[in-house]
Amino acid sequence: MAHIAYRDALGQAMSEEMRRDDKIFLMGEEVGFYQGAFKVSRGMLEEFGPMRVIDTPITEAGFTGVGIGAAMVGLRPIIEMMTFNFSILAMDQIINNAAKIRSMSGGQFTVPLVVRGPGGSAARLAAQHSQSLESLYCHIAGLKVIAPSVPKDAKGLLKSAIRDENPVICFEAQALYGTMGEVPEGEYTIPIGVADVKREGKDVTLIAWSKMLLMCLRTAEELAKQGIDAEVVDPRTLRPLDMETILNSVRKTNRVVIVEEAWPYAGVSAEIADRITHEALDILDAPVERVTGVDAPIPYAKNLEQAALPSPEKIIHAVKKVMYLE
Amino acid sequence: MTSKKPPLIEFLRQMILVRRFEEKAAEMYALGKIAGFCHLYIGEEAVAVGAIGAANPDDYIVTAYRDHGHALARGLEPKRVMAELFGKATGVSKGMGGSMHLFDAGKNFMGGYAIVGGHIPVATGIGFAMKYEKKDQVVLCFFGEGSVPSGNFHEALNLASLWRLPVVYICENNRFGMGTPVERSSALYDIAHAAKAHDMPFHHIDGMDVIDVYNQMKKVIEGVRASKRPIFVEARTYRYMGHSMSDPAHGHYRTKAEIDEQKKRDPILTLQQRLLEKKEITPEEVSKMEREIQDIVLESVEFAEKSPEPPLEALTEYVYSK
Ligand SMILES: Cc1ncc(C[n+]2csc(CCOP(=O)(O)OP(=O)(O)O)c2C)c(N)n1
Repeated sequence: MAHIAYRDALGQAMSEEMRRDDKIFLMGEEVGFYQGAFKVSRGMLEEFGPMRVIDTPITEAGFTGVGIGAAMVGLRPIIEMMTFNFSILAMDQIINNAAKIRSMSGGQFTVPLVVRGPGGSAARLAAQHSQSLESLYCHIAGLKVIAPSVPKDAKGLLKSAIRDENPVICFEAQALYGTMGEVPEGEYTIPIGVADVKREGKDVTLIAWSKMLLMCLRTAEELAKQGIDAEVVDPRTLRPLDMETILNSVRKTNRVVIVEEAWPYAGVSAEIADRITHEALDILDAPVERVTGVDAPIPYAKNLEQAALPSPEKIIHAVKKVMYLE
Repeated sequence: MTSKKPPLIEFLRQMILVRRFEEKAAEMYALGKIAGFCHLYIGEEAVAVGAIGAANPDDYIVTAYRDHGHALARGLEPKRVMAELFGKATGVSKGMGGSMHLFDAGKNFMGGYAIVGGHIPVATGIGFAMKYEKKDQVVLCFFGEGSVPSGNFHEALNLASLWRLPVVYICENNRFGMGTPVERSSALYDIAHAAKAHDMPFHHIDGMDVIDVYNQMKKVIEGVRASKRPIFVEARTYRYMGHSMSDPAHGHYRTKAEIDEQKKRDPILTLQQRLLEKKEITPEEVSKMEREIQDIVLESVEFAEKSPEPPLEALTEYVYSK
C-alpha cells in the first residue's frame, strides 16, 4: 500500500475518474494554473488541459450554477470551493437548484455534481474563515454529504461521489490535507452511506468524523492509559447516515459521546444523538453526550480559538460523565 | 476646497509608517507572533493614504482583508493594530478579529472583511443610512479587482446608483487576485467600465502616485457629497509581496523582473525624491522621520508583546448584545 497525503488521495481520485470518463471536469478558483489553493489539483491542468481543469473568477454562485446546468445535460462537474466558507455565496444554487431539480422535475433531470473543498478551523483564521458548515448542507433533502477523515476514505468516497447521480457535498478539513495514511493500490471505491469502526473498544462509543475523528483516536489512546477502552466510529458519510454500524457499536458499549467541531445548535451531532435515543434508549446506560464547538463565532486570539473548539480534555470529561466517573 | 494643497510630508510619513509597520508584521509572522492569514499592502500604500487623506475624518471607511494600510491611514493607533495582529485584548478588535478584521468604531473605520466582495453591500448600506438620515458623510469602500466579477459587487452598485447613495467605490487594481491576473478573471480588462453597467460615473487614478490619488479623490469625494451620487474609481496599483504570507512574491504566476519593473514607480521613493528635489524636505528630515517611525513600530511590537491575551469570557461575550 502507498503511504500518501490526504490531499494527494483526493487528487488521485479526481485524476483517475477523469481518465475514466471524459464528461468529468474540475472547476473553481485557482484549481488550474496555480495548482489549487491547497494543491489538491496539482498536475491536473497539465494532464487534462484548460477545458477540463477550469480556473474561474471569484464568482461562487456563478460557477456553481454553471456546474449545475452542465450536469443537467450530461456532464459531470466537480466544483472546488477554495474553502467552504465561500460556498455560502453559492448556497442558493446548491440548495434551491442542485438539491431540488430532480424532485421538482418529477425525476426528469438529475444533477450529478460534486461540490468539494476544505472546511473547519485551521490555525487562527478568524471568524469568517474557520467555519464547519456540514449541518447546513445535511439539513437539505436532495443532497448527500460526505466527510472523510483519512486518505484511504478520501479517495474511495470521492470516487463514489463523482459516480453518484446526485449532488454530493464533500467536506475536507483544511487541517487534514497534510495528514498521511495508507491507500490501497489499484481501483477501489468506498460506498456512500457506510460507516467505519476505526478503533474497537468495549466501554464507550466515540462518534466523530473528519478532523475530530483523529482527535478521538488520539484521545482513545489517552483513555486506554486510564483503563477506559473506547470504540471509535467514523460515520464517514453524514447524509445518508449508517445507523446500523452506529447502533451495533452502542449495543456493545451502551455509552455514547459524539464529537463535532461545529456549533452545538442544530448540529449533526444533535441529529445522531436523537436517532440513537429513539432507536436504542433501552440499551443506553447514560444520556448521549455531545462535545461541540462553543456557540460563538471562532475568534482570532489563540487562547480563545483553543477554548472555542473541542479538545481531548473535553472529550475525556464527557466520557467520564457517561461512565459516571465524574 | 479642491484648491487646498495636499499635505505631502504627512503623506510621506503615513506611507513610510504603513510600509515599516508591515515589514515588521512580516517579521513577527515569521516568528509565529502573528498567525492566520496576513495580507500585506506593500506597494499599494499611495491608494489608502491618498484616498483616506482626501476624506473627512467622519467619512466612513470599509475595506477588505488587506486592511493594515487603510487602518493606519485612518489614524488607528499602530500599537493597537499590532496588538490585534498578535491577538491581544488591547487590539483594535479586542483580539477577536486579527489581521483581516480591523475595526474602530470611534474612527468610523467599519472593518476589514475576509469574504471577497462581501463588504461591498455593507458599505452601500452605510451609504443608504447617510441618505436616510440626511447626513453629509460619504462612504469609501475599498476592494480588489477580484471582487468586480462577483454578484455582490453588481447588486450593490446597481442599488447605490438607483437610489443615489453617497458611496465612492474604490477598486484597488493590483492586477492579481491570488495567482490569477485580471486578464484571466474579468471579461472587461478596463475594470472601471464595469460602472457603466450601473450608469455610474467612473475615473481612473494612478495608484502609485499619492498626489494623483489625493487630487482626484478630493474632487470625487466632494462631488459625491454634493451630488449624492455614487462614483467608481479604479486605482491602478501593484502588490510587491505574495497574496498572503504563504504565497511567494514571485515565481509561479509572475516574474521577478515584472515586480522589479513596478518597483521603479515605488510610491514612497517617488514622493520622497520629488520632495527632496523641490527642497520641501531635507535628507536629514527624512532620516529623522524614518527614525521616529522606527520607534513607533518598535513600541507597537513591545505593546503588543506585553499586552494580555483576551479573557476566556470574551469568547462568548460579544456574540449577542445585551
Ligand atoms: C467569496 C470568496 N471566494 C474566495 C476567497 C479566497 N480569496 C481570498 S483573497 C482572493 C483574491 C482576491 O483578489 P482581489 O480582490 O483582487 O484583492 P487583492 O488580494 O488583490 O487585494 C481570493 C480568491 C474569498 N476570501 N472569498
